Amino acid sequence: MQQFWVFVRKEFYHIFRDKKSLLIIFALPIAQMLIFGFALTNEIKNTQIGILDNANDEASLNLIAQLDASKYFEISNTFTNPDEIDAAFKADKIKLAIVIPPNFKSELAHNNSARIQLLADATDPNTATTLEVYASAVIRDYQNTINNNFKLPYSISTEIRMLYNPQLKGAYLFVPGVMGMILLLISAMMTSISIVREKELNTMEIILASPLKPMILILSKAVPYMVISLINVSTILLISVTLLDLPINGSIWLVFGVCFLFITTALSLGLMISNITDSQQTAMFISLMGLMLPTLILSGFMFPIENMPVPMQVLSNIVPTKWFFIIIKDVMIKGLGFSSVWREILILAGMTAFFLIISWKKFKMRLA
Amino acid sequence: MADKVIITENLTKKFGDFTAVDGISFHVNKGEIFGFLGANGAGKTTAMKMLIGIWEPTSGKAEVAGYDIYRDMENIKKSIGYMSQRFSLYEDIPVIENIRFFGGIYGLSRAEIKEKSAALLHKLNLTGESKTLVSALPLGWKQKLAFSLAIIHQPKIVFLDEPTGGVDPITRRKFWELIYDAANEGVTVFVTTHYMDEAEYCDRISIMVDGRIAALDTPAALKKQFNADNIDQIFTHLARGAKRTAD
Repeated sequence: MQQFWVFVRKEFYHIFRDKKSLLIIFALPIAQMLIFGFALTNEIKNTQIGILDNANDEASLNLIAQLDASKYFEISNTFTNPDEIDAAFKADKIKLAIVIPPNFKSELAHNNSARIQLLADATDPNTATTLEVYASAVIRDYQNTINNNFKLPYSISTEIRMLYNPQLKGAYLFVPGVMGMILLLISAMMTSISIVREKELNTMEIILASPLKPMILILSKAVPYMVISLINVSTILLISVTLLDLPINGSIWLVFGVCFLFITTALSLGLMISNITDSQQTAMFISLMGLMLPTLILSGFMFPIENMPVPMQVLSNIVPTKWFFIIIKDVMIKGLGFSSVWREILILAGMTAFFLIISWKKFKMRLA
Repeated sequence: MADKVIITENLTKKFGDFTAVDGISFHVNKGEIFGFLGANGAGKTTAMKMLIGIWEPTSGKAEVAGYDIYRDMENIKKSIGYMSQRFSLYEDIPVIENIRFFGGIYGLSRAEIKEKSAALLHKLNLTGESKTLVSALPLGWKQKLAFSLAIIHQPKIVFLDEPTGGVDPITRRKFWELIYDAANEGVTVFVTTHYMDEAEYCDRISIMVDGRIAALDTPAALKKQFNADNIDQIFTHLARGAKRTAD
């Protein structure tokens, strides 16, 4: 036991001594959460729009008031002629312009129909589409309020509920994603680097020639990063609950349990990497290219897996982060319990066992 | 015999087609300083790594401290100390933490570590430097510290792999005083070196050429046998027949 404690103590000395690794370990999760949470959001909130109201009657003023009242839009520009619209788009002052035709109210009243023009800045097609949809929805709302006074012969109206994420928040998707990325990066990369460093420094030989059991060596390397990773999980969850208003709907113990399992997966991958190489640079490179890249592309966090070509979909099954992502999404957001995610947990546990056995076997061989 | 602490018989290590150590047989007596000489690539380090359990032999037999190297490696590891070529300390952590760590992995208890580290710091005149990072110490001090850590658990045998590489003759001389101290306390010293003047400090030496032991005896007997003035001449004579070049 004393052997284990002195080893863990030494590992923490290394970690706290090296400011760079300290920065990666503790500042990276916070930075990523804030970047994804506030900067990289594709949510529509208080988007600046412009209005060209050619009618200026009761109906048009009501519609404009309704647009302004919605939290998606903020009317920043009011135009008097079409040329100003173009200028505002070019100066990047607005993302959407709404043109109301002359005689809006009388058209509505006499022809029972009127046309409104929406102009969107489609340099970013996704945002443009979203803005168009939101604006149409506000206009439809307005239409419904007028129609309330009349009885229509036929009408089919859709009633939409966005389940589990009623506000369509991006945070619901990226929090599990960031969690997966951070845990993988820190546990796998930092562990492999710290083992490989011992080889580079030749201290590994001394350790191997000492009575220290290989199992204790591996545990002493794993435990510090396990502790740090669990601290990071807590930080990420804390940020998401307090700053991003993302509640944890399922059991928090299940979330931590799954994180614990995934950290073990990452640690065993780190151990595997440290078996392949003797250089810290290679270990870092393999961790980034071999682990981070598949995580970004194939975990479903950035790009939906269902939309990928079949071979990629099949390939995504061997990416551990994909399963972690599914489980955490289900537990945190849908509030599902163990009975609903046990299959995914089993797959992840199976992968972990597989990696552990392989790296343990290889590690024993290196001792020979 | 009980007073032979290392016995090897036809010990061989092959890496693929390459035979690094080719059937060496020798023994080391308890309490002696045994010099293991050879050019770079002659197989010294490989032979040593088999004895300390880092590499498994391809064939042959060996006993270290009375234990078989195939079956009883765990007991061997409890009886030996090892200092590697690039005397290995953690440069980025303080002296005292290095002592704690190596004391710990060699199986000392917390109380023993406390007692030993105080004595060790005192002996090496490092008491004031216990919180200094190892990287700030001069090379000679690092080597002394590394050696002291290799014997902190009072092993029966200490293996030193080219311990004095890269330091000046005066520092080397001082380092050998530490080796003598250890030997006087009954530790058997197994040391590889390619400095021929150091061979004279050993009780017995073996000279390896191309994975085989080409000569083995006391320095005096060898000089007589080869009719040479010093070990260097013998070494040059033997090495001339070598086919391997340094790696």
